[in-house]
Amino acid sequence: MNTTPASAGAPAGGSWEELVTVALLGTERRTLQGQRPGRGAPAALLDAAAVETVRRRAGVRPARAAARPEPAAPDPRPALPPAAARRLATLLADRPGTGGGGRRGTAPDLMELLPQWLALANTHGFAAPPGTLPALLDAARARTDLRPAALAFAGPRALWLARLNPEWRFALRSSSGGAPALPEEPGRIQQLWQEGLFAERVALLSAVRAKDPSAGRELLVATWATERAEDRLMFLDSLRSGLCAEDEAFLERALADRSRNVRATAAELLSALPGSALAARMAARAVSCVAVDHTRGTPLVTVEAPHECDAAMERDGVVPKPPAGRGERSWWLGQLVEAAPLAAWRERFGGRSPEEVVALPVADGWQAELHAAWCRAAVRQRDPGWSRALLGVPSAPEAGGPGAVSLAERAKLLATLGAGERAEWVAGFIGTHGLSEAFQLLGVCAVPWAGGLGRAVVDALDIARDAGSYPWSFSGVMGLAERCLDPAEAGRLEGLTSVPDESERTAPGTGDYWAEAFQRLVTTLRLRATMSAELTAP
Amino acid sequence: MTQQAVRWTADQVLALAPDAASRKAGSKLGAAGPWSEAGSTEEGTVWGLCRGSGSKPYQTVVDIADSAGPAYKCSCPSRKFPCKHALGLLLLWAGTDGAVPSGQAPDWAAQWLEARRRRAEGRSAAGGGSGAASPGDPEAARRRAERRAERITAGAAELEQRLTDLLRGGLASAERAGYGLWEETAARMVDAQAPGLAARVRELGAIPSSGPGWPVRLLEECALLHLLDQGWLRRERLPDDLAATVRSRVGLPGSADGPPVRDHWLVLAQYDTADARLTTRRIWLYGAESGRTALLLSYGAAGRAPELALPVGLAFEAELSAYPGAGQPRAALGERFTPAAPAAIRPKGLTTHQATARYGEALLADPWLDSCPVTLERVVPTPDGDSWQLADADGESALPLTPSARSRPELWRLIALSGGAPVTVFGECGHRGFTPLTAWPQGEGEAVPLC
Repeated sequence: MNTTPASAGAPAGGSWEELVTVALLGTERRTLQGQRPGRGAPAALLDAAAVETVRRRAGVRPARAAARPEPAAPDPRPALPPAAARRLATLLADRPGTGGGGRRGTAPDLMELLPQWLALANTHGFAAPPGTLPALLDAARARTDLRPAALAFAGPRALWLARLNPEWRFALRSSSGGAPALPEEPGRIQQLWQEGLFAERVALLSAVRAKDPSAGRELLVATWATERAEDRLMFLDSLRSGLCAEDEAFLERALADRSRNVRATAAELLSALPGSALAARMAARAVSCVAVDHTRGTPLVTVEAPHECDAAMERDGVVPKPPAGRGERSWWLGQLVEAAPLAAWRERFGGRSPEEVVALPVADGWQAELHAAWCRAAVRQRDPGWSRALLGVPSAPEAGGPGAVSLAERAKLLATLGAGERAEWVAGFIGTHGLSEAFQLLGVCAVPWAGGLGRAVVDALDIARDAGSYPWSFSGVMGLAERCLDPAEAGRLEGLTSVPDESERTAPGTGDYWAEAFQRLVTTLRLRATMSAELTAP
Repeated sequence: MTQQAVRWTADQVLALAPDAASRKAGSKLGAAGPWSEAGSTEEGTVWGLCRGSGSKPYQTVVDIADSAGPAYKCSCPSRKFPCKHALGLLLLWAGTDGAVPSGQAPDWAAQWLEARRRRAEGRSAAGGGSGAASPGDPEAARRRAERRAERITAGAAELEQRLTDLLRGGLASAERAGYGLWEETAARMVDAQAPGLAARVRELGAIPSSGPGWPVRLLEECALLHLLDQGWLRRERLPDDLAATVRSRVGLPGSADGPPVRDHWLVLAQYDTADARLTTRRIWLYGAESGRTALLLSYGAAGRAPELALPVGLAFEAELSAYPGAGQPRAALGERFTPAAPAAIRPKGLTTHQATARYGEALLADPWLDSCPVTLERVVPTPDGDSWQLADADGESALPLTPSARSRPELWRLIALSGGAPVTVFGECGHRGFTPLTAWPQGEGEAVPLC
């Protein structure tokens, strides 16, 4: 703040600067103008300084205003209903790391409900209360998984804040705050593409691509030759969304790129276009390696893996050198089958359906390799027919599909199916195999869980309890259930919250823990129902 | 008044929490799960049974309608006050889940309420006369006061000697002398029964290590301490008001014997400062009718929250009595006539020029004042280099924030609330700058605490 400069009315003893100088040196060495050195000098100095201090303070005037910040863009979304705003404050107040820890008790884990709350608020299109923005940004900074939803909810004012506070710069980097706004005039797009920072350009490209795939590609083609290799890889990757047949010519050219990673990505994208020339070439190669032997009673699949990886294969994205511990021929085969359109196999296997093909026995122990490659192909080409066949029946004794299919792969295969079918399959799986393997599979199911799936999970938990299992072995599934179970199930669960009589089979004390876990489940479901009601309230 | 109207917000409930751990624990219990048989009355009593780790649920009851502030009772063994169950219950009540329906208090809750009410009546009957109960014989009290005044006078004289020595040798030597010298002098002032002088001396000790410009600050504080010493030594010759200010600055206890002022008081801000021995809570109130701003002080032992808690944004009808002394905002809370409830009152605001003028005028009455309470109207938080200022929306002047205010995380809440648009801000305006404490958005909107 500005203090008034010493004026003509200054007290005897002179200006403030002089007072400070004398005070620093001491009255032994220096005295005020017009003062005699001696015993009274310090007191006289203090007197003068007291007057001057109060005078200076009383004369404090405002400073000159600096340039005002550009106001934040208005947020047209409606304000949250009051109850929902209070709920948000409570959820954000529950920061991790403030005491607690250890046993979870019967109270819901509020931080875990924040993602769901944000998703709900975003579906309803509410604006964030400005006072909560710093807490929201802090939460999003701490947890990357929260960022897209938190930033979308936080809206334009959060980006405005992020420009003022370096701690929140991440918000400017991630383009995930909803689709970034495209500049209106076309010239501006060109200019931003030519001159923008890398992150801005990536965001611009995905925005243009989302609106008009061809325009996005043309933007990239124009500057392709001058981009750095790492940038080319990122840009190429953003063509993954809206991939279409028109991209083929450009991707074919990228197969000759200087960078190996760019070549591999181009090949991967081309193989996801079943009509592409690359897909046809891969199909021809893959099909020539696999045949059906009809000479015996039952048809048998025979595999003759490629003997070499020629230059043409390498150009089409086949990596010649296998990772340590794998034979190179099976490595090449896997890549060929993965990149070949799955439709090619129907012809090769005499018009058999995917189910029939998968059911055929495979000679010489090639089954694991072949089926795994098919799984990858089904995931890459998002082919529900093949996924279904490879997943098999959920209640099959060896946990569904062929033994080669791992849980992680099965989760990926499930993701290609519709939400209803997915839930049904996982419900069937849990019904047969229980919960111990189900965590990953539950993770790909749509939230809230469909009725059948929810019932299967609750039944399985109930069975686990009756069998005397330790509840903490199921804490992962319990946590998921708290977040994903349909709140309407809360009523059905009420009966499980009582502490059962200890039976001989159960470990002592587990009954209490189970009751506590179920109580928390019910509490959380109720809270979720309330949260959702608060957001829909008029 | 309908029950909806007196419901508090979650923030206001959490403001009652004694510490961060209680806030968290209370938040967790603010859901229907562990609660049963919860209920509330229109008068503002809330009760419920909370299932804990034991077999018997805890009985929790809160009376927020009590004119002396919320009262709590819980059968849990926690020594926190209020305990997490009381906070959880209030959060549950503050939500709109319908988890706390209106109803008749159960026996266990009704008994406690009844007992409280009887005690309260007994108190007001006993204390019905003058507030100042004077124990013992007035002659002895006078002699005690005289003895203390003599000690303070001796202390003030000794302090004057130290200051004189310091200025004779020069402030530059203070940097070398370090903290120990001041600690010792402060201890001498405690012995002299002048806690106000002791606190100022202790602050002097910290100045030489406070960064660039310290000689100026040290000289200022030394000069004001000298002024206070001289004020004390010549207190008989000062006007009564100023003499009272000097007495309270030196650290003599006063009693709030000003005439009671009845008003509708809005809670502007509440914040705690703590040192090794004591937690001090400051609560700023604004009288809707009188336009007065008053300060309530409440103390707690180190690490414990002071008992008086008034969430920001609530208002209540009450009598306040001022402490003696010119320009002293401090008052004592007398009788409360209505429970605290949310109110849409906003204090009248000033421009930045009027705010600094207000501080200047306040110095006239109390030259030792570091800052005075001010509400700024239509100001925009504006970045200014590394710092921030509150700039008049319709002028060219601005108040810079104090160094401590600019490093607080709550600053960002103020900036977010503004979004570049004018806001109303209540805070403390002084020679070091402005400390924002509460803000209101443009147009409608609740008060947002910034401390």
